[in-house]
Amino acid sequence: MTNQAQPNSFRTGPDERGHFGIFGGRFVAETLMPLVLDLEKAYADAKVDPAFHAEMSAMMTHYIGRPSPLYFAERLTEHLNGAKIYFKREELNHTGAHKVNNVLGQILLARRMGKKRIIAETGAGQHGVATATLCARYGLECIVYMGAVDVERQKPNVFRMNMLGAKVVPVQSGTRTLKDAMNEALRDWVTNVADTFYCIGTVAGPHPYPAMVRDFQCVIGNETREQMMQAEGRLPDSLVACIGGGSNAIGLFHPFLDDRSVEIYGVEAAGHGLDKLHAASLTGGRPGVLHGNRTYLLMNDDGQITDAHSISAGLDYPGIGPEHSWLHDMGRVTYISATDDEALEAFQLCARLEGILPALEPAHALAKVTELAPKKAKDHLMVVNISGRGDKDMPQIAEILGAGI
Amino acid sequence: MTTRIEARFEKCRREGRAALVTYVMAGDPDPETSLEILKSLPRAGADIVEFGLPFTDPMADGPAIQAAGLRALKVGQNTVKTLELVRRFREGDADTPVILMGYFNPIHTYGRDRFLVDARQAGVDGLIVVDLPPEEDDELCLPALEAGLAFIRLATPTTDDKRLPAVLANTAGFVYYVSITGITGMATPDFGKVAMAVERIKRHTPLPVVVGFGVKSGAHAAAVARGADGVVVGSALIDALNGTLDADDRATSRSVEAVTTLVKELSEGVRSVSKREAA
Repeated sequence: MTNQAQPNSFRTGPDERGHFGIFGGRFVAETLMPLVLDLEKAYADAKVDPAFHAEMSAMMTHYIGRPSPLYFAERLTEHLNGAKIYFKREELNHTGAHKVNNVLGQILLARRMGKKRIIAETGAGQHGVATATLCARYGLECIVYMGAVDVERQKPNVFRMNMLGAKVVPVQSGTRTLKDAMNEALRDWVTNVADTFYCIGTVAGPHPYPAMVRDFQCVIGNETREQMMQAEGRLPDSLVACIGGGSNAIGLFHPFLDDRSVEIYGVEAAGHGLDKLHAASLTGGRPGVLHGNRTYLLMNDDGQITDAHSISAGLDYPGIGPEHSWLHDMGRVTYISATDDEALEAFQLCARLEGILPALEPAHALAKVTELAPKKAKDHLMVVNISGRGDKDMPQIAEILGAGI
Repeated sequence: MTTRIEARFEKCRREGRAALVTYVMAGDPDPETSLEILKSLPRAGADIVEFGLPFTDPMADGPAIQAAGLRALKVGQNTVKTLELVRRFREGDADTPVILMGYFNPIHTYGRDRFLVDARQAGVDGLIVVDLPPEEDDELCLPALEAGLAFIRLATPTTDDKRLPAVLANTAGFVYYVSITGITGMATPDFGKVAMAVERIKRHTPLPVVVGFGVKSGAHAAAVARGADGVVVGSALIDALNGTLDADDRATSRSVEAVTTLVKELSEGVRSVSKREAA
C-alpha cells in the first residue's frame, strides 16, 4: 500500500486526537476518559520540563546503565558473509530488556501526578519486572497482571517480580495470555481510578500511550544514531527489530524514519506458520478496535479477537501499536515475520557465535537477519535490536530442546 | 414522531414509577433460550430490554458478563444472528424498546453503515457501546443518530460537571449513569451518592437518567428507583441463568424461569416506590 500520499515527515504523529492516519484514537470507557485526559496533560507538561528530563537522564545513566553499547557482531557477520551486523545491546540494561526505558519515564510521571499505586500488564514478564523494579526503587505499590499461561512459561520472571515486592495476579479469563492481562489491568484501572497509574508496556492503548511510550523508547534509536556515526562515520543502511506491540522496534526506528536511505524491517512472530496459529497482526490481520486504539488485529469475520500464538510470550499478542499499522500502510517500514522454529535456530546461532543469549523475542529479528544480511554488500551496515536477554527463556528452551534443567 | 423509548418512559411516568431496564446476553446459553428469555422479560415486568452483543474482550465487564459472552460465542453467536433474534422478538412485541449493548469491534467489523441499516430494520431502538467516549463520536454516535437510532451514553462518577456537557451533547433516549467506578456485577453502590449524582446529571439534561452496575435485588432496585428514572440490572440476571445451566453450560427446564423470577422481584422493587409527587 505504498501508493498513498507520502507525508513530508514520518515523525510528526499523532494528531491531537491521537491518530496516526486512521489508526490510534481513544476507545475507552467513559470512566477512564477523564484519566486518559489527565495523563495526556501531565505528560505534555513533563515533556517540556527540564527537571523531568534531568531526572530521567540521571537514572538512565546510573540506574539503567545507559547508553547501551552498539556492538559489532564480528563472527555472525563472518558467518553470514554479507552485511556488517551491529547489535544494539538493550539486553544489557538493568532488568535485562528495553522495557525499563519506558517504565522509568512512566514511573517518574506517576510520581509527578501523585499516584501511589501502579498497575501493569505483562507477557514475557520483562515489562512486569521493569515495573516491579522501579516501584521498589521509588516505594510504590505494584500489581502486575499476567496471563496464567504466561505465568507458567515465564516462571523465573514471576519469581523476580515477587522478590521485588510486586503482587503478580495470574489472569484466568479468555485465552489467559497478554491480551487478557491487558483486559484485566483495564478492569483494575476502571475500578481504582483515584490513586492508580496504569503503566502500559508497549506502544498501544489509548492516546497518549502509543506516543508517550514511543518517546521514552526513542533513546534506543537516538543512541544508535550517535554510536554509528562514531563507529562508521555514517548512518546505518538497515534496521531490524522484533515486534509484538512494537515498543523496542519503534524506539529504534523512529529517529530514522525521515532518513529515507535507511531500510527498516519489523519482524512479527509467525508462530507455527502464517497459515496456522501465529501472532503476525500486520501480515495476517485487519484494522479493528481493541484496547483503546484502532490498529491491525487478528480476528474472525465477526470481529471476535482470535488466539495469537508465539513461542515467545512477549510477542504473543493479537494486535500491534497503531503507529506500526500506519507505517505499514504508508510503506515506510517493511514488516516480515519469523516462525517459532526460525527464532529458536537463530537463538542458538547467536549463542554459539557471539556468546550472547538473546531472548526469544529478538531471536525473531535475528532469524530475519540471517536471511537479509547475506543478500547485502559487505559495506552495508545493519543494526539489529537485541531487545532482551534470554535468561528468562532458559527453562522453556531446555524443555523444547529436550534438555532437562 | 415519538420513539419507543420516549413512549415507554412516558408510560412509566404516567404510572408514577421508575422504569426497569434488563440486560441479558444474546446467544447465552444458546440462541433459542436467549430469545425465549428476551420475550419473557417484558411479561415479567421489564420496561426496556438490553441485549448484549458478545465480544471476546469485554474490558468493562465483570466475570458474569465475560462468561456469558464466551458461552454465546462458543455456540456460534455473532452479530448477524443477534440481529435476527431481535427481528424475531419484534414480531411478537411492537412496543418494548430494544437496546443493543456491547463493544465497538464487532460493529466496526460488520461495517458501520450496513450495521445501522440492519439494526434499525431488525427493530433495534438504541445502542450502548462501551468503548466509544464522546471523543470518538464520528465513529458511530453521529451516524447512529442520523440513522434514527438512539446513541445512549454512559456517565460515570468520574464524569465531572466540566465534562458532562460533552458527554450529553450527542445523546438520545436516556442517559445511563454507571453507579460505581468499576466493572459490571461487582460492588454495590452507595445509593445516597447515586441519587445526588442523578440530580447533578438532570441539571444538565431533560433526558431520563437510569442507573446501573451493582443492582442485584428487589431492595436494591427500590433504593435506586427513589432517585432515578430507571434501574438497570444485568449481571444478577446472568448469574440467575448461570445457576441453572448443566455441567456443559446448556440450558435446563429451569433456565428461563430463574431469570423471570428475579425480574419479577426487581419489578416489584421498582413499583414499590411511588414517584407521583415528584412528577
